[in-house]
Amino acid sequence: MSDKVVVQTKPFAITLDVGSSLLNKTGTWRTERPVYLDRLPPCNHACPAGENIQAWLGYAEEGDYEAAWRKIMDDNPLPATMGRVCYHACEGACNRTQLDQAVGINSVERFLGDQALRYGWQMDAGEPTGKKAMIVGAGPAGLSCAYHLRRYGHDVTIFDSSPKAGGMIRYGIPKYRMPREKLNAEIERIQAMGVKIELNTRVDDIQAIRERNGFDSVFIAIGAQSAKHIEIESDESIPMLDAVQVLRNSEIEEPTGLRGRVVVYGGGNTAIDVGRTAIRLGAIEVTVIVLESRAKMPAHEFEVKEALEEGVRIVDLRAVRKIEGNTLTLERMVDSADQWPQPSGQFETFEADVMVQALGQNVETGLLDGIPGVVVEGGIVQVDHCMMTGTDGFFAGGDMVPSQRTVTTSIGHGKKAARSMDSWLRKEKCLPVEKHELASFDKLNTWYYSDAPRTIRPMLDVVRRQSGFAEVVGNLDEGNAQYEARRCMSCGNCFECDNCYGVCPDNSVTKLGPGKRFEFKYDYCKGCAICATECPCGAIKMVPEDI
Amino acid sequence: MTQLPESQQKVKFYQTGTLTVGNRLLDEEHRNVQATMDRSNSLDSGHRACQGCGEALGARFAIDAAIRATGNQLIAANATGCLEVFTTPYPETAWSIPWIHSLFGNAAAVASGIAAAMKAKGREEVRVIAQGGDGGTTDIGFGCLSGTFDRNDDVLYICYNNQAYMNTGVQRSSATPGAARTATTMPVGAEPGNAFNTGKSVPLIAMAHNIPYVATASVHDLHDLEMKVTKAMGVHGARYIEVFVPCPLGWGSKPGDTVKIARMAVESGMYPLFEAADGELTGVTKIRRRIPVDDYLKQQRRFAHVFKPNNAHQLEQLRAIAAHNIKRFDLLARDGEEL
Ligand SMILES: Cc1cc2nc3c(=O)[nH]c(=O)nc-3n(C[C@H](O)[C@H](O)[C@H](O)COP(=O)(O)OP(=O)(O)OC[C@H]3O[C@@H](n4cnc5c(N)ncnc54)[C@H](O)[C@@H]3O)c2cc1C
Ligand SMILES: Cc1ncc(C[n+]2csc(CCOP(=O)(O)OP(=O)(O)O)c2C)c(N)n1
Ligand code: SF4
Ligand code: SF4
Ligand code: SF4
Ligand SMILES: [Mg+2]
Repeated sequence: MSDKVVVQTKPFAITLDVGSSLLNKTGTWRTERPVYLDRLPPCNHACPAGENIQAWLGYAEEGDYEAAWRKIMDDNPLPATMGRVCYHACEGACNRTQLDQAVGINSVERFLGDQALRYGWQMDAGEPTGKKAMIVGAGPAGLSCAYHLRRYGHDVTIFDSSPKAGGMIRYGIPKYRMPREKLNAEIERIQAMGVKIELNTRVDDIQAIRERNGFDSVFIAIGAQSAKHIEIESDESIPMLDAVQVLRNSEIEEPTGLRGRVVVYGGGNTAIDVGRTAIRLGAIEVTVIVLESRAKMPAHEFEVKEALEEGVRIVDLRAVRKIEGNTLTLERMVDSADQWPQPSGQFETFEADVMVQALGQNVETGLLDGIPGVVVEGGIVQVDHCMMTGTDGFFAGGDMVPSQRTVTTSIGHGKKAARSMDSWLRKEKCLPVEKHELASFDKLNTWYYSDAPRTIRPMLDVVRRQSGFAEVVGNLDEGNAQYEARRCMSCGNCFECDNCYGVCPDNSVTKLGPGKRFEFKYDYCKGCAICATECPCGAIKMVPEDI
Repeated sequence: MTQLPESQQKVKFYQTGTLTVGNRLLDEEHRNVQATMDRSNSLDSGHRACQGCGEALGARFAIDAAIRATGNQLIAANATGCLEVFTTPYPETAWSIPWIHSLFGNAAAVASGIAAAMKAKGREEVRVIAQGGDGGTTDIGFGCLSGTFDRNDDVLYICYNNQAYMNTGVQRSSATPGAARTATTMPVGAEPGNAFNTGKSVPLIAMAHNIPYVATASVHDLHDLEMKVTKAMGVHGARYIEVFVPCPLGWGSKPGDTVKIARMAVESGMYPLFEAADGELTGVTKIRRRIPVDDYLKQQRRFAHVFKPNNAHQLEQLRAIAAHNIKRFDLLARDGEEL
């Protein structure tokens, strides 16, 4: 036995130092890794103006209305207008329709647009570039292009033949849907950024003006102004009007000719607008005669419903064949599943004092005749994916190019043309914008969203709608606008619900703080995918590891 | 202008309300511990639980909530089981709290002893928790547990119920549900899996001890779970919480579906969430969106055989159990009742 003293440095039975499990990098177990991504929400995908709806609803949810408005303004310079007249494809695509009802995107947009006008929020022009752009047409396409070009810092002048700017938003869409104070204020805001608008200036020779003023590039957006007509056998004893002229006259306070028993021929939104205008101007009886069936007529359901409430009658599956005295001869049409309505050979009569044709508009392409390279097909000007015509530096958009012919599409065209023109002016290539993968409904975990019915916008009483041009659909107030915004599920984009941070059994998610989102600790993440399954909005994707 | 309906104007709506772990639209006091940036992470990364382990998740949820409730004056006594084995392969540990591991069956007794010691030292602000799996609780540790309840010792016992002895390879426990396949139940025959009309409900037995607080909770409903742990730490005497923790390995489910399966168990009526004080039932968590029992069972291979035509009677029995739970605990909300 040795007499050496054994020094006990550790308590009995402990031979190793206590260590933390953090030494054990369980990340090596993984065959798949979670990654954060932004998927494209279906609303954004559907918006013809390319708005980042989910993002601006996100600000509105927090009550930061100005930030929300500015996010809209990145894409669309007319929120108060769009919040009224847009046909909101976004709501049709909204994932929430599959849960209860779509988010009332359009009504929140309008609230934000009005909020901006109330508080005088303004946008700034970009640093001057010294480049000069010419725009023909101050409709939504022209205004949008001008706005975006100013934000890039270019000098912009718009020429328009009408006495006021706005195009069809002013001379087509009636006041009861689009109050002029709001439209005027939004146009003035664009002018305040330095956009010059030359009114009452019809452009016939683009090249001459371009050379005289030294414009570097041109955007043309003259819309579709001339009414389409069909020939109907008539003894001309009752007036035959066209819809665009009637609505324009109503706007400029010239006699419209709408009196007595009014018949409107056509099934689109324009026909409905003429009908509703006629009611307000005191017509005795207003009937919209539609070739298609009620179900297939192109006018939007909600507009038809509002028109019916106001007393407009709709007679569907009828063609007007002859007019003698006050008597119209109508032929009944037969609906068929896959083709245009077919004549039946059965006739009936209908009494009227005036008839309005509302059958769409053509583009007056005359001013493009002398310009080499511009291609017109079927009366419509052709452009490439950058909105450029066949002539270098010469862009076009809105109703005059292949388009859905809506205000929103026109605004989108204006934005896209401005972006392309900016690249062109800087002698860069115009590249298509990359789109993220779609945040379809199956990517969501909707369990987490509270039940919340859609907010109904207040409506003006019918009697007041029948007797004047006051706005029909009311605004949301702050409380319910915020409520409506909070119905958004933030599809495909993290809204910082902390689920991934909470549900990880391996504590492998780091929270970076408000607005900064999260990070995975790949040293420890075992790739179980709970975070991806439990992310309400589909902002996490599992991708295979290279092993 | 026509007015909006009153109810609609008054609705308080916060996108996901309290259903998600956090919610930036909620005021601080309504947020969960797990949503905070400085949460304690009592059970840290690097542990060796399987991918998607419900027990690892449930334990962090429960202990972090207890740490907040006690101001970090907490000691735990742990029973043998997965929780002990995966957190602490000697000499490393994933626990960041003072804890002791003694045996498989005596966690409750050890905890009672610690509580007594703290009292003797005049340190009653230090609170004691015992934790174990269902095997360690409902079977082997049952006598010690009942003793702790009987003496009303100042201990919160948390049972992580994954419905079998998982650590040793999925043997049946008295918390294994009928028909569930385990390593120690009939693999074939007329009644494959665990026999019906066996086993026990320890939460109900705990209630029969008239202890101050008893609750069941689930890893899918964090808000509810944290609320129950916080409540339990707010009272003294013996308390019992059972947390439902799916086990991907033992149940034959996808690791990524752990939280989803827990949610389905509760939403189908298979696992009722309730609270009791002094032996009386005081509240139930209502089913939010009821789902068929079959949907829950289909996620798990341990129940795969019940979907074979000749085992239809087993499926019927499982459905009947859910229906019975729903009736017994009154799990469905009445029309218009707020959830
Ligand atoms: C009655 C009616 C209702 C509608 N309602 C809706 C609706 O609710 N929602 C919706 O999204 N869309 C609606 N639309 C469609 C929408 O108005 C058009 O798609 C949109 O206005 C087209 O925009 P734009 O800029 O291409 O052309 P326009 O708006 O037509 O603007 C073209 C501008 O160019 C000017 N111009 C024309 N020729 C010349 C020239 N030679 N020189 C100088 N200036 C010229 C015109 O004066 C006009 O201001 C409606 C259309 C009509 C007719
Ligand atoms: C007295 C005793 N018997 C048996 C064991 C072996 N053993 C260790 S853990 C365990 C099963 C634990 O099951 P449970 O308590 O349900 O916890 P789980 O692993 O499922 O979380 C067994 C049987 C032991 N450690 N001690
Ligand atoms: S819920 Fe929100 S993000 Fe999703 S589609 Fe609707 S508006 Fe867009
Ligand atoms: S929950 Fe945790 S361990 Fe599982 S994949 Fe996500 S980060 Fe990785
Ligand atoms: S789970 Fe919540 S916090 Fe995590 S990525 Fe998804 S939305 Fe963001
Ligand atoms: Mg167990």
